[in-house]
Amino acid sequence: MPIFANPAYDTAHLLDTFVLVLSFALLYQRRLFAMITLYAWQAFFLAAAAAWQAYAQDAPHLYITAAIALVFKAIVIPLALHRIIIYLDIHRSIETALGIGPTMAVGVGLVALSILLVLPVTAASGALTRESLAAALSVVLLGLLMMITRRNAVSQVVGFMSLENGLILAAVGVKGMPLVVELSVAFSVMVAFIIFGVFFFHIRERFDTLDVHDMEQFRGEGR
Amino acid sequence: MRSALLELLQLALPVGLAPLLSGLVRKLKARLNGRIGPGLLQPYRDLSRLLRKEVVLAPNASWLFRTSPYLIFAAIWLAAAIVPTFATGLLLSRTADLIALVALLGTARFALALAGMDVGTGFGGIGASREMMIASLAEPAMLMVTFTVALVVRSTSLQHIAEYLLTHDVGIRISLLLGVLSLLIVAIAENARIPVDNPATHLELTMVHEAMVLEYSGRHLALIEGAAMVKLLLYVSLVAAIFFPWGLATDIDDARALAVGLGSYVLKLALAGVALAFLETSIAKMRVFRLAELLGGALLLGLLAAIFLYVSQEL
Amino acid sequence: MLTLVAALLALYGAAALLGVVGGRRVLVPVYVLSGLAAAATALGAARFLASGAAPETAVLPLGLPWIGAHFRIDALSAFFLFVLGTAGALTSLFAVDYGGHDDDPGRVLPFYPAFLAGMSLVLVADDAFSFLVSWETMSLASWLLVLATHRQSETRSAAFLYLVMASIGVGALLLGFGLLAGGSGDFAFAALRGAALGPWKSGLFFALAVIGTGSKAGMVPLHVWLPPAHAAAPSHVSALMSGVMTKVAIYGFIRLLFDLAGPAQWWWGAVVVALGGITALLGVLYAVMQSDVKRLLAYSTVENIGIILIGLGLALAFHANHLDLLAQLALIAALLHAFNHATFKSLLFLGSGAILVATHSRDMDKLGGLIHRLPMTAVAFLVGAVAISGLPPFNGFVSEWLTFQAIVNGALLPQWLLKLAVPVVGAMLALAVALAGVALVKAFGIIFLGRPRNNAAATAQETGALMLAAMLALAALCMVTGVAPQLVLALAQPAATLLLPHGAGLDLSSPLWLAPLGPDHSSYSGGVILLAVTFLAALLGLVIHRFASDRARRSAPWDCGFPDTRPETQYSAAGFAQPIRRIFGATVFAARERIDMPAPGDTRPARFEISFRDPVWEAIYAPTARLVSLLADRLNLLQFQTIRRYLSLMFAALVLLLLIVAVSQ
Repeated sequence: MPIFANPAYDTAHLLDTFVLVLSFALLYQRRLFAMITLYAWQAFFLAAAAAWQAYAQDAPHLYITAAIALVFKAIVIPLALHRIIIYLDIHRSIETALGIGPTMAVGVGLVALSILLVLPVTAASGALTRESLAAALSVVLLGLLMMITRRNAVSQVVGFMSLENGLILAAVGVKGMPLVVELSVAFSVMVAFIIFGVFFFHIRERFDTLDVHDMEQFRGEGR
Repeated sequence: MRSALLELLQLALPVGLAPLLSGLVRKLKARLNGRIGPGLLQPYRDLSRLLRKEVVLAPNASWLFRTSPYLIFAAIWLAAAIVPTFATGLLLSRTADLIALVALLGTARFALALAGMDVGTGFGGIGASREMMIASLAEPAMLMVTFTVALVVRSTSLQHIAEYLLTHDVGIRISLLLGVLSLLIVAIAENARIPVDNPATHLELTMVHEAMVLEYSGRHLALIEGAAMVKLLLYVSLVAAIFFPWGLATDIDDARALAVGLGSYVLKLALAGVALAFLETSIAKMRVFRLAELLGGALLLGLLAAIFLYVSQEL
Repeated sequence: MLTLVAALLALYGAAALLGVVGGRRVLVPVYVLSGLAAAATALGAARFLASGAAPETAVLPLGLPWIGAHFRIDALSAFFLFVLGTAGALTSLFAVDYGGHDDDPGRVLPFYPAFLAGMSLVLVADDAFSFLVSWETMSLASWLLVLATHRQSETRSAAFLYLVMASIGVGALLLGFGLLAGGSGDFAFAALRGAALGPWKSGLFFALAVIGTGSKAGMVPLHVWLPPAHAAAPSHVSALMSGVMTKVAIYGFIRLLFDLAGPAQWWWGAVVVALGGITALLGVLYAVMQSDVKRLLAYSTVENIGIILIGLGLALAFHANHLDLLAQLALIAALLHAFNHATFKSLLFLGSGAILVATHSRDMDKLGGLIHRLPMTAVAFLVGAVAISGLPPFNGFVSEWLTFQAIVNGALLPQWLLKLAVPVVGAMLALAVALAGVALVKAFGIIFLGRPRNNAAATAQETGALMLAAMLALAALCMVTGVAPQLVLALAQPAATLLLPHGAGLDLSSPLWLAPLGPDHSSYSGGVILLAVTFLAALLGLVIHRFASDRARRSAPWDCGFPDTRPETQYSAAGFAQPIRRIFGATVFAARERIDMPAPGDTRPARFEISFRDPVWEAIYAPTARLVSLLADRLNLLQFQTIRRYLSLMFAALVLLLLIVAVSQ
């Protein structure tokens, strides 16, 4: 069973792994501030991954992606979210729609699914690209999972941003992918809009205040 | 002959060094807390004092209570002797593979939990119940790590694993990283360290391991404490042997390689002690029922590691 | 060998007849005869296997006239006869003392030998008809044995449920055999073996075989009858039902799917492995929750069946991919676990019987401290508990280790679904084994350790010498098989070679090491572990007692300064399981905790209630039961018709059948 040793890929995988593990850590975390810190770290490792790919693939435009990720996602957005939470006085603990344990189990199932998806598509390419792609797709799915299992608006935003991290990770991992930089800029702008939306519309606590779940509680049918 | 002598050294090493490792962690934690702390050799002094004290038994303590400490210490000692510390290819290494090692530790825990329930006090029951809960999640997590490594090496024997990882360039794989993370969580849980349990607390309701052994005294307590120290060392050796096997001597006839093996082993122990001290000072203990999430996370990480291995393999 | 079996069956028959006419007075001869017959079965089967004799067949002019009754002994039947004989002999020995403590021994005596005879017949049957008749004899005899305690209302509902489930199982088997035989009408296994079914039909046969044998073995979701029925039966019968009858069901599974079904398909393996994983995990989770010791043991049987099914499923998967060496490894692991489970589960059920005789209670919360009152029973029960928790150096660990070795090699399977499923099942198996430890620590700790929780437990007396002898013999078997598994593996290997002839090459010869895939792979030695731990512990004891201190003093327990002498302050069975209930309860059992705390000044007691539901029951059985009773209500109309209506119905049915015949020609 030959396993290739290749420093370029090894480093890339190391960084991919950190991003993926941080996705799971985000699913696991219950406190808002800690979650934002985790997100910042994920963005940091994404930046590192992008920078490494820029170096390894000799594609200088990826340095821009790395810089955007580092400055914008790892520093500016977390700080902004931090201030919003304090300013709006949002609950610091996160309500989950599904328990932490089941959520993580579903997460592992999603990772298995993404592996099953990636495998046939990339049968021709080497094992090492497969690993990167599978990790990136997993990060995307885990981000989605986070959005649907959290009731808190801020954590849903964080889930979305983590999803977006996965997309960027996939984009930088594939050699010769066009429009990577444009993609990351576009997404960053979109994230900014969402965050400002939260801020300006003063949506407190929840996006889903009109959730039927709350109405059931009023009618005394709650669990 | 040489092999037998080295095996004796391998048997003596964990028992000899374990108190020193615990002493190092305690000393460093004290320094990080701004205290001077006891000397490095304090655990040895504690153990020898306990050994010489008389045992106080509850009126209804049975033979199980009195024999368990010996059994527990012997089982953990044997397990520690199976993990390659400074060299591979020793006599006992064929006795048990990683799965049997996990189960051997399970036997020790089974005895300890029963001993905790023997006197029939509330604290013994609470400790035994929680210890088994922690173990029921930590043990599978450790087995999942075993699978991951075994899928690479095609063997669950520790000796084969260490030799394979030493001689083959496996690179940094997502699965191995996930595996080491999972194993570290398991190691912390199994050794009753912060954030899972607090080895130094005096609030009985927050303890797990200490609540279970509350009724032990004298030489029995010395054996239990000693076994806990050996177990800590065992896990450090295990993580070192599986994930950081550098320096291990593969040829037991080569004296220089053996010296390097011993030196690097001591160095790895010291590094692990420093890391543990920093970890324990920087985080707080968790609520008991949050543990399920942490350990369930470790189990899932282990599972993820095994699944990811398929992707990276040219099978 | 077949003549021996025939003679033994006659012996069982004599014992049963004796039981019918003699009633309570012939208790000892009935159990002695049954025990002798079982022991002879075990010895004969072991000799047959060790000598490597060729299969023996016989055709008797019994049963259906154009078929006759075929019987055959090959390595597979002989291995299971060995399992049956070993457990049956020791259980009968136990029963010589224990049988007198039954509510009504006259209700047990005739059916006990008949039960053993029915199970033996299943193992030697070689055509579909005699297989089904023996299978039904076994079911019916065990059902009557469950009914021996019919005065308790829970027994009656358990027996009803058992009857329904047994009928469903045998119905599935009947259809399966019909499918296999097709229109040929030849039901001898030799003829069925050659039947070539298409992919659809063989898939259907697989499903029917799994339902038919799985319902008997206690596979989730067909397990619901097992815990109440096994718990309600007299303890020595529970030991046989859990230890042996489930193994006969496993035999049926192997016979149908490895021998008769023709070439295996890989998805069979996937389905069986998944069912096995779920069975193991759910079974043990329920076991942890129980506070009735016999129900706990019965749920643990469900778990162990899951472990065996994991082994069998892996064997099917490997076999379908022509990896027959690994298939043999998995199959041998399953066979060894079948034997092991027969030993330790019989031991534990017998132990529960001894406890029941001594204290008149199965409720763990009424026991405690029995290690002082029943020291030998405690030792035997402890061995069984350690063995079933899969801990070295006992036998449970060996078979689980072999199963894990098969799982580790799962990466060699080419199908991606299997590749991904195998680690997941590995995790489930690991969880199940670890949780089994929780369940058994709870059982032993609450029953035998601590302080007695009521007067019966405080004054209990060690029971009969033969009961102890039977339990200690089983405990010794657990130990010997753990230290020298090669002894039993040598008996299991011919069966594996018979079914998977291309997989020869497993290395089980070394008396010291168990390294089935050769010296370059994993190895294990229970003997060295036992020796080393004993030696190290003895050394420690000697050195410490000689040079440090050997003084001991008795004094009140410390308990953090607040020792409370009331036994109610100890941990209870439900309390011990509480952490596990908190973790898994909400999702798996829909567990609810209700606390009723009176206001200050109110004198009524505070109450704490726990309820949990079986999700399988809620999801499958309750709706089915409602549907059946709805249909029954509708069909009830048919009972109140005029004669003319009845005649017209019959006429319509006749015409319909004739039409079908006309159309099909």
